[in-house]
Amino acid sequence: MATATEPLTGTERKSRNLVEMNWDPITRIVGSLGIFTKIDFDNQEVAECYSTSSIFRGYSIFMQGKDPRDAPFITSRICGICGDNHATCAVYAQNMAFGCKTPELGEWIINLGEAAEYMFDHNLYQDNLVGVDFCEQMVKQTNPSVLNKAENTPAPNADKHGYKTIAAIMRSLNPFTGEYYREALQMSRLTREMFCLMEGRHVHPSTLYPGGVGTVPTIQVFTDYLVRLMKYIEYVKKAVPLHDDLFNFFYEALPGYERVGQRRILLGCWGSFNDPAACDYKYENMSNWGRAMYVTPSVIVDGKVVTNDLVDINLGMRILLGSSYYNDWENAGETFVKTDPLGNAIDKRHPWNQTTTPKPQKRDFKGKYTWVMSPRWFDKNTGDHLALDTGGGPIARLWATALNNLVDIGYIQATGQSVKINLPKTALLPETQFEWSIPQWSNAIERDRARTYFQAYAAAAALYFVEKALNAVRGGRTQTWSDFKVPDEAIGCGFHEAVRGVLSHHVVIRDRKIANYHPYPPTPWNASPRDIYGTPGPYEDAIQNTPLFEENGPENFKGIDIMRAVRSFDPCLPCGVHMYLGNGKVLRQEHSSMLGAHS
Amino acid sequence: MATQSLQPPSAPKSAVSEVHILWITAGLSCDGDTISVTNAEQPSIEDVVMGAIPGLPKVHLHNPVLATEVGDEFMEFFYQAEKGQLDPFVLVVEGSIPNEGIKREGYWAALGTNPNTGQPITTCEWIDRLAPKAWGVIAAGTCATYGGIHAMAGNPTGCMGLANYLGKSWRSAAGLPVVNVPGCPVQPDNMMETVLYLLYQAAGLSPMIPLDEQLRPTWLFGKTVHEGCDRAGYYEQGDFAHEYGSPKCLVKIGCWGPVANCNVTKRGWMRGIGGCPNVGGICIACTMPGFPDKFMPFMDQPPGASLSSVIVVSYGSLIRSLRSITNASGNKEPRWRHRRPKLTTGYQPTSY
Repeated sequence: MATATEPLTGTERKSRNLVEMNWDPITRIVGSLGIFTKIDFDNQEVAECYSTSSIFRGYSIFMQGKDPRDAPFITSRICGICGDNHATCAVYAQNMAFGCKTPELGEWIINLGEAAEYMFDHNLYQDNLVGVDFCEQMVKQTNPSVLNKAENTPAPNADKHGYKTIAAIMRSLNPFTGEYYREALQMSRLTREMFCLMEGRHVHPSTLYPGGVGTVPTIQVFTDYLVRLMKYIEYVKKAVPLHDDLFNFFYEALPGYERVGQRRILLGCWGSFNDPAACDYKYENMSNWGRAMYVTPSVIVDGKVVTNDLVDINLGMRILLGSSYYNDWENAGETFVKTDPLGNAIDKRHPWNQTTTPKPQKRDFKGKYTWVMSPRWFDKNTGDHLALDTGGGPIARLWATALNNLVDIGYIQATGQSVKINLPKTALLPETQFEWSIPQWSNAIERDRARTYFQAYAAAAALYFVEKALNAVRGGRTQTWSDFKVPDEAIGCGFHEAVRGVLSHHVVIRDRKIANYHPYPPTPWNASPRDIYGTPGPYEDAIQNTPLFEENGPENFKGIDIMRAVRSFDPCLPCGVHMYLGNGKVLRQEHSSMLGAHS
Repeated sequence: MATQSLQPPSAPKSAVSEVHILWITAGLSCDGDTISVTNAEQPSIEDVVMGAIPGLPKVHLHNPVLATEVGDEFMEFFYQAEKGQLDPFVLVVEGSIPNEGIKREGYWAALGTNPNTGQPITTCEWIDRLAPKAWGVIAAGTCATYGGIHAMAGNPTGCMGLANYLGKSWRSAAGLPVVNVPGCPVQPDNMMETVLYLLYQAAGLSPMIPLDEQLRPTWLFGKTVHEGCDRAGYYEQGDFAHEYGSPKCLVKIGCWGPVANCNVTKRGWMRGIGGCPNVGGICIACTMPGFPDKFMPFMDQPPGASLSSVIVVSYGSLIRSLRSITNASGNKEPRWRHRRPKLTTGYQPTSY
């Protein structure tokens, strides 16, 4: 069978009174996203959802024929908030293709830069973008009764973060005027300073190269990083309990809220932070060095690890079409890679063999409606093309790391069911342990909660890396870059976690030039449209069947529950989401089986 | 006391009470310039929006990454501006401007949905609607200024910079040309400082913004990377890095600093931290009109670097004139960036 996403509820017959409601652009995300829905106000739920992106740029086309050494510089420009994740992933892929290895200290520097990126980006997104959906101004407009309840609900962790009631937390998240909103913006700058110390510039790094980094490794540069990191850790000790209070309150105030943005547990994580002692960038050893990463890679289905082997993960990648503005390459494009270096067959729909041929056309929600393709992961055990999501990154990373029980660096310990994060004493706050436990659901609230915990995870990992880096400098092991020769012909792949989740780069080199290059960031996975088998993408799937708790009717509908569902994935197309409500035009009335994932 | 709400008598007074900033990120962009702006502190976005700078009019910022409003409620400001209801407004455009004329149908870049047709409204259409009404127009980042990375040879969209799209002689309602703030992305404070200058100008408190031939603020882009680089001392001594990670001058391993107009080495990336050659990153000339094509492959030694680095000490004036030739070339956009209906980037479309 080909479809892998099942509707969460059954197919009971319901009277449908559908109203078309569209948000285009969705704001407070990065990039251009439109969400088009059909809403059933009688039953207070979303019946159908389509996700569309309105930008095409053509990286995989204009990179052909270019020097592969330029790939990190070029691909960074794919994303304006996590460009460095691309640059890093491109370095990984070129290292494999060139047969070179970043020296130990260079690897620590990249890990420190990427950790700072997670700290910055999750921080800015959580409290300056998605946080607005939970702020007092917003809740007042959408759920006045919930705000009233929040006024009278003491915050259980008030002693840790200083806000006495849940409403006080909400007020602190009001854009620009809220105290915590402004503090978060400041912290997003402090963490970007840390980033710049390692990678030169934010967001397109200046000091990353195939083979390592150009950062000059001095005691000063790491000390400058460390003192900032400790300030961030102090902040995180307040941020985690604050968000726990806020998110737990929504479950309590709105029973059933766990169904907002809920979908089947289909998570992908490609692993992050290479261990220089394990990673030699050879494809043949990738299974081993993948498992040694400080965030463990995995495909997780229904709460179980299907694989944590990067070779398996690589072999299962399939790029499907169906609703996207491209011509198919199945019988047209060249087969660049027939087998991987281990002799495994490479599918024609794998990124190594993809040929991108854009076909701009009118948008038609019954046909083609977006520039995003449909990446899927082929599960050879079941024959399913799984529409994996990343949950915006953190939930998949924590889930994979927890289940695999491989990471133990003192500051971070996986347990099999949870991840423990141990933070040392800071200026004003004592030693603190946070434990993220595998949640019951893959839903909007848990995606958002995981984001805060992953900020703590990244900070804890950075502490470990900065100690390693300082020891390397003190020990005189100061090489940060190693030389290489660009081969005439080669293939390479890089696996990483962009802030929002899985990231892969696949390169084919011929005559020392790029013959084929296909990056797959998290958003194509999450924002993908219905594929050739009719399986909707994760945004679509998560929003469909989302119950609505908003107190406004169709006339003043804000779509806040839909916004929370889609923003929990941290969309980054680069694009935006707009809410196009109009005056609530009635589409049709019908009695039919539930419009679900297979409609 | 009542006097707390009064402006001190010495504070400058704006000629206009309110200014709207309409910010379109829907060029072919990565939104990196908006993200950069959240990083600015001189001034910060909060300083400007919350009225912490004396003399400024009240500023209303409409940027999709930061807006509270979603969808139609967000787009409403754009429709109002089109109808002349938000005057004066500054239009900021981020991202390369695609050539929508090279294909039969569909869109390369769009913002919002046309309520009559149900189809996306192209970014080009928004520029056509809003640019004639704008008090001033800022192109933010190298994509919007000159085309940038997405306008690379072989690109399928035929994209270009905003001034190229609007035409060299284009002037806003207030008589300003497009104001270009290049950088990939923009250096945070360079962008906000330019916004601040224009707000002062709109308030009647500054004269016309001084721009060079490439429409860049002269005080930000008048010097080269090399002129501000703290590694230039190594250059002077003929002491060059041969591998990345060295603290020495990087011109022999790909640095274009001697011919790139940019202040990053002076200013750092933020709070004086970071940058490019000053911290070990080769200058890839990302602020330049000829970026990226005229500077690729980035990791090769720029032509002329071996000559100039040998004879640097005794022939300073000769070096300056040789560099001015390279600088002039880098300050020109490649010829395939244009509005004509035929794509000339080298890509041969078979499907549109």
